[in-house]
Amino acid sequence: MEIKVRLFATLRENRGKELQLSLQDKATPEDVINKLEIAKADVAILLVNGKDGNYTRELNEGDVVSIFPPVGGG
Amino acid sequence: MNGYAGKILRINLSDHTYKTEQLDHDMALKYIGGRGLGSKIMADEVSPTVDAFDPENKVIIATGPLTGTPTPAGGRYMVVTKSPLTGTIASSNSGGFWGSELKFAGYDLLILEGKSPKPVNVFIEDDKISFKDAGHVWGKIVSETTSILAEEAPDKAKILCIGPAGENLSKIAAVMNDINRAAGRSGVGAVVGSKNLKAIVVKGSSKPTIADSEKLKELVKESRGKLKDNGVTGQGLPTYGTAVLVNIINESGVFPTNNFQTTYFDKAENISGEHLAENFLIKRESCFACPIACGRYTKADEVEGGGPEYETIWAFGAACGIDDMKSVIKANFWCNEMGLDTISAGVTIAAAMELYQRGKITDADIDEGLSLKWGAGDSLVEWVKKMGRRDGLIGDKLAEGSYRMAEHFGMPEVAMAVKKQELPAYDPRGIRGQGLQYATSNRGGCHVRGYMISPEILGLPQKLDRFAIDGKAEWVKIFQDLTAFIDSAGLCLFTSFAIDGEGYANLTNAVLGTDFTQEDILEAGDRIWNLERDYNLKAGIDPSQDTLPKRLLKDPIPDGPSKGNVTRLEEMLPKYYEIRGWSEKGIPKAETLEKLGV
Repeated sequence: MEIKVRLFATLRENRGKELQLSLQDKATPEDVINKLEIAKADVAILLVNGKDGNYTRELNEGDVVSIFPPVGGG
Repeated sequence: MNGYAGKILRINLSDHTYKTEQLDHDMALKYIGGRGLGSKIMADEVSPTVDAFDPENKVIIATGPLTGTPTPAGGRYMVVTKSPLTGTIASSNSGGFWGSELKFAGYDLLILEGKSPKPVNVFIEDDKISFKDAGHVWGKIVSETTSILAEEAPDKAKILCIGPAGENLSKIAAVMNDINRAAGRSGVGAVVGSKNLKAIVVKGSSKPTIADSEKLKELVKESRGKLKDNGVTGQGLPTYGTAVLVNIINESGVFPTNNFQTTYFDKAENISGEHLAENFLIKRESCFACPIACGRYTKADEVEGGGPEYETIWAFGAACGIDDMKSVIKANFWCNEMGLDTISAGVTIAAAMELYQRGKITDADIDEGLSLKWGAGDSLVEWVKKMGRRDGLIGDKLAEGSYRMAEHFGMPEVAMAVKKQELPAYDPRGIRGQGLQYATSNRGGCHVRGYMISPEILGLPQKLDRFAIDGKAEWVKIFQDLTAFIDSAGLCLFTSFAIDGEGYANLTNAVLGTDFTQEDILEAGDRIWNLERDYNLKAGIDPSQDTLPKRLLKDPIPDGPSKGNVTRLEEMLPKYYEIRGWSEKGIPKAETLEKLGV
């Protein structure tokens, strides 16, 4: 299946802003970060289609996974 | 008296006299300083029903006991007064270097009273106080005023002033210091302007004493380590500034766009922190004793200066449908020069754009060559200048803030404001706790009275379900109380991403020689919150104003990741009142005030 990955802040370095990934069925966000060689420790916020995601929930065709390192402000 | 300078400088602007008073140490420990102590003095000395521009209103400029100490980010001061925008008690805080310098001059607080017969500047050099005519800087923009007064001031003096907006009594005028730092919110700059006070120049030569300097050294080292190791304060904020939030808030579908009509801006990348860092950032800037250095210094064409912050980028960007970062940077620059609050300025322009969209403002009302169409970045700078100078019909109405402007044009419901103060950059329909916080904030629409974005979006100190209702009242209360303490201690709120209540208590104890626990500092925050609430109620701000614009309560988010949601405030408010120790109607119970010693 095809999914879209959006990366932000320092996670863009050497990876780019937006990637289209082909994954096997039943792939999870954990598979996504492994494929992109992103350490869990560097992920502060994980969204699937704009909502709080988790590493183990299976993704669906066309999902958008957004990954952020620790960010804050106000 | 450790931490505190021990003195208050009371300045009578009507007859250009002053006197020095001893700080009441017991009172100071009870209300901490800054926002808390300033509010206590307001409650004791200024009738809650006073008109904000009446000379009987006072402006209290207050440092906290940690201001000017080596405590990380301990450079804040507060401007406390009755707000012309909201009618509530106002306390707006700012960083930079002016607050710590006031402490070095030997004062915890300045109390500004009366009204000068003509424009005046106040010069403070330790115990030498002088009043000087301000005719030559009245009407001048902030950078020019600062340059001129720097020539007249002792070397390395710090300068606080208002811009043309404050002089012209814009209800969204800020107090500026160090050129581009702002005590921005609630129109505090207009109250200073109403007193014919243009600037306060300060130079000091003494440092506050520390109760246990060895212990403080150890704690400062530990706190700096925590700030450095924390991903937000050690990496995100230093690298990208507060603007790093643009993408996360937008991706979550809570980035208010076109005056909160939608909540996802498809061009957000163009105004993101990443884009700012890559294309416009010249250098980072830091405030007194701050290792974070989240401040930006940017350049766009001929304009070069401090900022913009996340809130500003949103207010002049998505809120106005604008994705041109250069226009946003220039609008921010001119807000600083005019001495305007960037949040209120941007949101008020957004409201004007909606009034235009709905035909309430027509082309006949608009100055030639300017536009109020969504996305009209080219007109932003001119609108900001006109707002600051009350130039033309629209400029004059913009200067009143969104509510009064929208009311004038017959559609007050387009004002995205709480208690007439413009809301910041997070749509509460998809962040329930933040909605409760906006509605109950003691200074009207504001995110930094209790930053629920931290747990609800950023996952700090832990991740909460942003759509849940349960438990949000409790979280809001704790965040509001802890923030009241931080604001009163003289610290920057951003330290709270890495330092917890116990950490603050330890730092405070090392400076003051006290034995505060985490519970004590939260109780001090609760006390301050109730004092402000009590003042507001006496000022006629009744609990029916603990609400949000109808759009946020009734109109579901139309699309994006938070689609279909409204705020559900009425499901959270009763619990909030209950845990605050207030009646069902939102009035603090006598036993609550007694327990807290308000």
